[in-house]
Amino acid sequence: MTITGYRITAALIFIFGILLGCFVFLSERPSDSFLARFPFKLGLDLSGGTHLLYKADISTLPEEDRSDSFNALRDVIERRINIFGVSEPVVQTEVHSDEAGNPEGRLIIELPGVTEINEAIQLIGATPVLEFKVETEEFEKIRAKLEQNSGTSTPIENPETLYVSTGLTGEHLTSAQIQFNTVTGEPLVVLNFNDEGKKLFAKITEDNIGKTVAIFLDGSPITTPYVREAITTGQAQIEGQFTPEYARELVGSLNAGALPIPISLLSTQTIGASLGDEAVAKGLKAGIVGLLFVSLFMVVWYRLPGFLAVVSLTFYMVLVLSLFKLIPVTLTAAGIAGFILSIGIAVDANILIFERLKEELFETKKMDEAIDNGFSRAWFSIRDANLTSILSAVILFWFGTGVIKGFALTLTIGIIVSMLSAIVVTKIFIKALGLGEKTNRIVSLMGSGFR
Amino acid sequence: MYILHYRKFFYIISGALVAGSFLAILMWGIPLGIDFKGGSLLEIEYVNTRPDIQIIKSRIASLDLGNVLIQETGERGILLRAKEITEEVHQEVLVTLSDKGKEPISEKRFTSIGPVIGKELQEKALISIVLVVILIIVYIAFTFRHVSKPINSWTYGLIAVLALVHDVTIPTGVFAFLGKFSTGEVDTLFVTALLTILGLSVNDSIVVFDRIRENLRLRIGKTFEETVGISLRQTITRSINTSLTIIIVLFAIYFFGPESTKHFSLVLIIGLIVGAYSSIFIASPLLVDIAKRLKK
Repeated sequence: MTITGYRITAALIFIFGILLGCFVFLSERPSDSFLARFPFKLGLDLSGGTHLLYKADISTLPEEDRSDSFNALRDVIERRINIFGVSEPVVQTEVHSDEAGNPEGRLIIELPGVTEINEAIQLIGATPVLEFKVETEEFEKIRAKLEQNSGTSTPIENPETLYVSTGLTGEHLTSAQIQFNTVTGEPLVVLNFNDEGKKLFAKITEDNIGKTVAIFLDGSPITTPYVREAITTGQAQIEGQFTPEYARELVGSLNAGALPIPISLLSTQTIGASLGDEAVAKGLKAGIVGLLFVSLFMVVWYRLPGFLAVVSLTFYMVLVLSLFKLIPVTLTAAGIAGFILSIGIAVDANILIFERLKEELFETKKMDEAIDNGFSRAWFSIRDANLTSILSAVILFWFGTGVIKGFALTLTIGIIVSMLSAIVVTKIFIKALGLGEKTNRIVSLMGSGFR
Repeated sequence: MYILHYRKFFYIISGALVAGSFLAILMWGIPLGIDFKGGSLLEIEYVNTRPDIQIIKSRIASLDLGNVLIQETGERGILLRAKEITEEVHQEVLVTLSDKGKEPISEKRFTSIGPVIGKELQEKALISIVLVVILIIVYIAFTFRHVSKPINSWTYGLIAVLALVHDVTIPTGVFAFLGKFSTGEVDTLFVTALLTILGLSVNDSIVVFDRIRENLRLRIGKTFEETVGISLRQTITRSINTSLTIIIVLFAIYFFGPESTKHFSLVLIIGLIVGAYSSIFIASPLLVDIAKRLKK
């Protein structure tokens, strides 16, 4: 590439960097604009909230049912959490091996913004409640009214108040299955009751022909089928234009209501929002102070190339912060520390290059050759050194819980991007200067330390 | 090269530091945090004024929590550590601390971890550290595979790792000391810091080894000792400076960063300082000694 080529590339990098900087800055300002859709994603320790870890007892479950039951469990928990109106809750299930090598289920729940955990824990821990309910008299009146002004279908509000319990619950259910209508191919949900349930269900259907029966799960209706005839076989079919996915989910929920996986709390963690805000503010301050001192050191010790390294470092920072927003990476206090740490690591490649460059300047007369050799000969130690750091970051990612994963991820992204900025970007900047002849003045500008 | 000349002296310093660390760990034990041993931690802040710590202690004593540690934090806060407690007990503790709501409090954080998780994490931590160490030996042995005289590439890997053991033992020893006489805990973040030290501090050793490799190829230096000495002199500035920039940002995190990463940055600072020291003053001189022993 010619000097003009390098200058154009350097200018493009500059413009790109400024655009990224604007993106990072503008997307943090509260507004309804498109950019505001890319905020930093803060972890629980910064936003405040609750992290709950449960053991799910799957020892009695046959292996083939495990994933279905887990999915059902997750659905039930998600439904219960939704009652709280938590934004972006996390519900995860995973299977571990305990010390004896037996599988052990885990349920991880994260509730951002929730710090009053007492109620949440009680609600989550309760056995799912499946109930069959029939219409109240009031409901009949409302429906009569609705039928009068037919055509204007008003949605029924608070369905909970319009149904009354019958005494038939999940305890009476032996299993639920999914079947498909042989004619229409639509999915059906088949419920099987035990003896007592059979009697109760027969009575309920007999008394309510032409009305709806509602099946409530954890206090909210999941389906309200019409009763067409009295059912005495102890088996009920629910038809209702389900998608196969919904039907499968429903069967899972019903089975969970009948046979939940018992869960027990293993650990709780709550972080108040004030602590999180403080951590963000302090993390920002530490980052700025760290950046300033590293920049100062680089400029004082490495002079002209040091200054260019600081320019690349700034480019590196806006690039990484943009990546954090776009991927998005969940930032934790440790993750922010990882990012700040990566500022210190990012200039290391430059230090190796500049030291090498100085040596090359002693050996050769041509400026360009010295620069090329400096970069290419420093590459091996940069590669080896950074690869070991990435190795340990990958292991960290495996080792860690959420907080540590955040650190490992920010560090890895930092190391990879910094190699790019230190090697490619800094080289383009140095080349763009077009230093030309090797004069004493330039050698001293490219020098370092006390000499 | 003066470093090689006085290497016995540096071995003694490092030997003493490592021995002292082991002694500290044996005498006082590793102060495990609650994420490793299970237990609970509660931090609250009194909205108005904090009652006398003795009063708080006597109130808490009425609950059956076993051994409870209560510390004052900030102007109005307290930090309470106890065994693992259930949510009901947690609520009881909050009511007791606020004297049934008469002295309003705000909860800053609460953690309760069962012993099962702790055990699992301890195992995982050990596996991670061992795995990183093995991977580093293998990686160095691989990238230095063309080097065979006077010592083979596996020896470079082993020596780099010996330096790493030195680098993680000393911070652990310091924390055993801190755990006994001040506040310091070996928690998940501590292990994270150790793993990061492993990855970072080997960098300095690699830079020197890389230069030794190059100088061996160019036949610089009459003896191996001379080659190592020249390589050390050529790379010492960059070894120090690369560690220095990282230590600068770590100090920024330590002094200005959030409370939760203070100890974390301290471990890293100690680890990187002893790491830079061991790469320069221990790892490379050891190469010379091993080469000499092999010659005999």
